[in-house]
Amino acid sequence: MDAHIQVKNLNVYYGKQQALKDVNIEVPKKQITVIMGPSGCGKTTLLKSLNRFLEITDGAQITGEVLVDGQNIYDSEVDVTEVRKVVGLLAQRPSPLPMSIYDNVVYGMNIHRMKKDRKEYKAAVRHYLEIAGLWEEVHKRLHDPATSLSIGQQQRLCLARGLAVEPEIILGDEPTSALDPISSQNIESRLIDLKQQYTTVIVTHTLRQAKRLADHVIYMYMGEVIEAGLAKEIFSSPKHERTKQYLEGLF
Amino acid sequence: MGFLMKKRWQRRHLLEAFMKFIMRVSLVIVAAALGLILWIIVVRGLPALSWDMVTKIPEGGYYMGKGGGILNAILGSLYLAAGGTFLAMIFSVPIAIYLKAYLGDSKWGHYVRLSLDVLWGIPSIVYGAFGFTLMIALGIRASLLAGIIILALIELPIMTRAMDEVIRRMPIDLEYAALALGSTKFEVALRVVTRQMLPGITTAILLGFGRGIGDAASVLFTAGYTDRIPTSLMRPTASLPLAVFFQLGSPYPEVQQRGYAAALILTVIVLAVSLGSRWLSSRLNKYTIK
Repeated sequence: MDAHIQVKNLNVYYGKQQALKDVNIEVPKKQITVIMGPSGCGKTTLLKSLNRFLEITDGAQITGEVLVDGQNIYDSEVDVTEVRKVVGLLAQRPSPLPMSIYDNVVYGMNIHRMKKDRKEYKAAVRHYLEIAGLWEEVHKRLHDPATSLSIGQQQRLCLARGLAVEPEIILGDEPTSALDPISSQNIESRLIDLKQQYTTVIVTHTLRQAKRLADHVIYMYMGEVIEAGLAKEIFSSPKHERTKQYLEGLF
Repeated sequence: MGFLMKKRWQRRHLLEAFMKFIMRVSLVIVAAALGLILWIIVVRGLPALSWDMVTKIPEGGYYMGKGGGILNAILGSLYLAAGGTFLAMIFSVPIAIYLKAYLGDSKWGHYVRLSLDVLWGIPSIVYGAFGFTLMIALGIRASLLAGIIILALIELPIMTRAMDEVIRRMPIDLEYAALALGSTKFEVALRVVTRQMLPGITTAILLGFGRGIGDAASVLFTAGYTDRIPTSLMRPTASLPLAVFFQLGSPYPEVQQRGYAAALILTVIVLAVSLGSRWLSSRLNKYTIK
């Protein structure tokens, strides 16, 4: 397996409570890895450790290493804004920035000074809106407020905005849980389309979604990784009793 | 339907009716007070309000009822308040952003907010006296510049705290969204927070302006008073609140009436500024996340 992300001996504490216990996993390149498990098992914590989001959302203490392309992102030499440029995040609820649709896509490219002139920005906006499957719906009203979009469209806008900074990895924190079924399906098919180019890590609490998306699966329980491996193997013949029970819907 | 849902007068219903009554009475009292103030300045001031009042400076014998107007005070007040507001804004926007982005709810954030609240509570005559002492020590005379500086000091805590409260209400998700794209905290503050909070920040600035233009005590010592239109920052300047004060203290009824007219002009300026800011806020609201 060609590992894009390696997590080594990762422990996360919230005060005295340990949220992640000695996590060691590898995330394969350009495939979809799904983290699943019951509520409170630490899947979102694990996800947020991958773009150094833990340190801003909660007062978490972190030990261990997260290597992206062999580089420890928790190294003191590492620029956190660069980490988050390489590792993009699609949040649970879409949160468009307080600006127009166009400016939402431009925002990230602009702060990272990625384009030279207006023309390049314009072309890039179109390109990423097309990838997110939103261009057709919005190209006539690019300068309308982002909030004028439906929630499903907003999530696709957030996807376009995230892709525009040219990440290598996409993290999805239950990215469809706030959406209606059709919008969810739309996002899911985007993620499947994109997996040829991006390493994708998705947290989900719905088993069916995990089965639809996953190439690889990480099953967690109580802050520990119980089982990780190829999706087809784990879904058909889980090795651990806990995984089996979860897959059978026993808890 | 049976009698299950029949209306019965229970204690809690009575309590609600009573509370509603009290709220309505308070509303009437507040509205009546405002109405009465407006009524008095309109009834007493309007007859004295003439074209000359707003286009001319006092002529010889003006303070005994002869010709002229209070253009000196109108312009003086506008210069003072605009200058003070601008100066206060230059400092309060960065302070508010710093409070949000870096201090947050930390111990230092708490101290800074406490200091601003204390400053907010200091009466303006104390600011005036402070400015006066400072000017004597530095050998500066009463001037437009001194008045602007003192007004800026008075407006600063109001503006900063008003902005701070607005900025603190910002949805946290917005910040996360911007950080997730690799923004620095400063970029989040500058490009996202200020944009989201622009309507609130505008309101905060105009709150400061309103306080500045209406303040008499602080400019009494620092800006002085003159019948001329200010032409330089180093010259003294008249102001509307003091124009009201001096003219109402006059024994001549015509001059007293002009005092009310000056009050009317001041009120109209403040009203125009607040209506303007409402309009501006609603325009700036277009892109904000609700």
